[in-house]
Amino acid sequence: MNGLLNWIDARFPATKVWNEHFAQYYAPKNFNFWYFFGSLAIVVLVIQIVSGIFLTMHYKPDEMLAFQSVEYIMRDVPGGWFIRYMHSTGASAFFIVIYLHMFRALIYGSYKGPRELVWLIGMAIYLALMAEAFMGYMLPWGQMSFWGAQVIINLFNTVPLIGPELSTWIRGDYVIADATLNRLFALHVAALPLVLVGLIFVHIVALHAVGSNNPDGVDIKKHKDDKGVPLDGIPFHPYYTVKDIVGVSVFLIFFFAVVFFAPEMGGYFLEHANFEPANPLKTPEHIAPVWYFTPFYTVLRAVTLSPFAGTAAMFLAIIMLFLLPWIDKNPIRSWRYRNKAHTINILLFVVAFVILGYLGVKPVTPELKELGTQMTLVYFLFFLVLWIHSKPATAKYIMWFVGLTVAIVAMTFYRYNPEATDDAAQILWQWSLTVGYLALTLLLPGLISAFNTEKDVPERVTG
Amino acid sequence: MKKQLLIALSTALLSSSLLAAGGGIELEKAPIDVHDKSSLQNGLRYYTNYCAGCHSLSSSRYNRVAKDAGMAVVPIDDSDEAATLADANAKLMYENIVFTTDKEGKPVNLGSLMHSSINKDDAANWFGAPPPDLSLVGRSRGSDWIYTYLKSFYLDPKRPVGVNNTAFPNVGMPHVLWELQGWQTLEEHDDGHGHVEQTLHLSQPGTMSPAEYDVVVRDLTNFLTYVSEPAQLHRKTYGIFTMIFLAFFTVLAYMLKKEYWKDIH
Repeated sequence: MNGLLNWIDARFPATKVWNEHFAQYYAPKNFNFWYFFGSLAIVVLVIQIVSGIFLTMHYKPDEMLAFQSVEYIMRDVPGGWFIRYMHSTGASAFFIVIYLHMFRALIYGSYKGPRELVWLIGMAIYLALMAEAFMGYMLPWGQMSFWGAQVIINLFNTVPLIGPELSTWIRGDYVIADATLNRLFALHVAALPLVLVGLIFVHIVALHAVGSNNPDGVDIKKHKDDKGVPLDGIPFHPYYTVKDIVGVSVFLIFFFAVVFFAPEMGGYFLEHANFEPANPLKTPEHIAPVWYFTPFYTVLRAVTLSPFAGTAAMFLAIIMLFLLPWIDKNPIRSWRYRNKAHTINILLFVVAFVILGYLGVKPVTPELKELGTQMTLVYFLFFLVLWIHSKPATAKYIMWFVGLTVAIVAMTFYRYNPEATDDAAQILWQWSLTVGYLALTLLLPGLISAFNTEKDVPERVTG
Repeated sequence: MKKQLLIALSTALLSSSLLAAGGGIELEKAPIDVHDKSSLQNGLRYYTNYCAGCHSLSSSRYNRVAKDAGMAVVPIDDSDEAATLADANAKLMYENIVFTTDKEGKPVNLGSLMHSSINKDDAANWFGAPPPDLSLVGRSRGSDWIYTYLKSFYLDPKRPVGVNNTAFPNVGMPHVLWELQGWQTLEEHDDGHGHVEQTLHLSQPGTMSPAEYDVVVRDLTNFLTYVSEPAQLHRKTYGIFTMIFLAFFTVLAYMLKKEYWKDIH
């Protein structure tokens, strides 16, 4: 056995790679619950690729055959329903895992130096994943596939000057048709998986070059023993491999519970309307994207100045996340040691994001419409507040609070139109939600020092 | 192009408000059980006798549906009894279930897909739109909707085929089961506050009592629910074994982790 390994090592750096990335990759010993989601994302990726390959063997990317071929998989292909449910559940699971993975980076400041590139590559993975999921969702060629594609591809129509040509070029036809389905299939099964796998590889290489962050946000490389091993580091293998196996096992319990007991997940993982074949002549009563796109869909709907402004706002909502390392300049990484207002800011951001997501699946009522506008405001204000929190000791909290409140009240006056009774009533009170958000994140630390004091970051990791 | 875009975007924005306008009546809970094989057989029989002329189930095959309803048409083992039973089942199928024929007019093979006999162009002419395939109606509309729909036809002289439906207003489909149910009429009661309550009243009884008709509708609903996802008959069984294995494996993995981590402080 050793002989074989030596033979390989003389020709390929097998042992070197193994050591660098597993046996001698030192990870902080204090990883907690939030650190499971990186390895889980890899597990879901593998599930998607393997189940996807088997689906491709039976699926037909043809306008006339696509829908029927999916039902053929569900009925006539042995185990086909299992493969398909793994793939459809995997899509949602991917986003759940990725959102939690991103939340971890947010609370422990993992995007900050020297890990900016890890974050940027990660965001690129997130974008690629959204494109991949959107294209995959088209393939069953159901009503929601078709009309979802209609809405999304028409977004490119809103681009000034080149819009109509751009969307025609994307569709490959003047309407969404066979040509569109074929190219989305090509992108879904070949192009984007390649991009994803490549980006994930680079993500991990970049991470292993700078080392993992941890819940304390301390740099474990500052304290090393004689051999150059970080005192607070433990080899990834076997410690985190055996730990991640537990995480994977628990994850699979949830995953397979959905696959076997609730594959539609109440219409959120597989939408009811998508069990009807695509019909270009029949617009569905209610077009809702799949749940993982809904926060951004609400942003799109909330900005009503012009169609392009809505599209731009939606993309800006994602671009803002890319910029996090340069918005949050506070040298303290983990929220454990930052002021309480920062914790409140992050938690309220999560609340706003969840509400935006909820609104995206709901029909519009005046109340929910205005809530969408206010939560969109909170979503974007989060980044400004995060920037203000960069230097808590010298931040002009009161000035920012008063300035922003005046701006919001002025905007409310501008938007208020007493003739549109239902909307007006909502506009009249819901601005207080956004001002309330500002009060909790700006006024509170400005007035009460207990909400603005930062703690000393320990030299070594705790616990 | 700009106009098209505006239409698409405003459809997306406004579509949701239309939901409220789309005949949303209270659905009646369908008392179904997809594991009840006699109910599935009865549903299959009524389906092919009353519905399949117009509504195909083009994702399903006769032999698979028969097997799932507990009447295997292929011997389940090598015994003579199984062969006799399969023959008897096949004969039952041709007598009661399979009425579609191939191009030469011969009854189709039992492995065939359950197509309808109606000519799609004729159907579109007669009813305004071709009758939809019902393979997935149990998933797109749901069991409760099917159950309610089949019980909600009423006489309406304003409609081309003389009937309307409270669950699907202005539907193009005639009341195919009228012989069994009889005719219902719509009665509207104003509660004095501008709220109009609609109730259906059986004005001309059919060959069945309301209770008997409910059983037929239940069995049809049960069958359509099953047919929308045949895998549901076995899916949960696999699930239970998977859960047991994973629970066991998680404990094992956790013990392994504990053992490795005991010297990390």
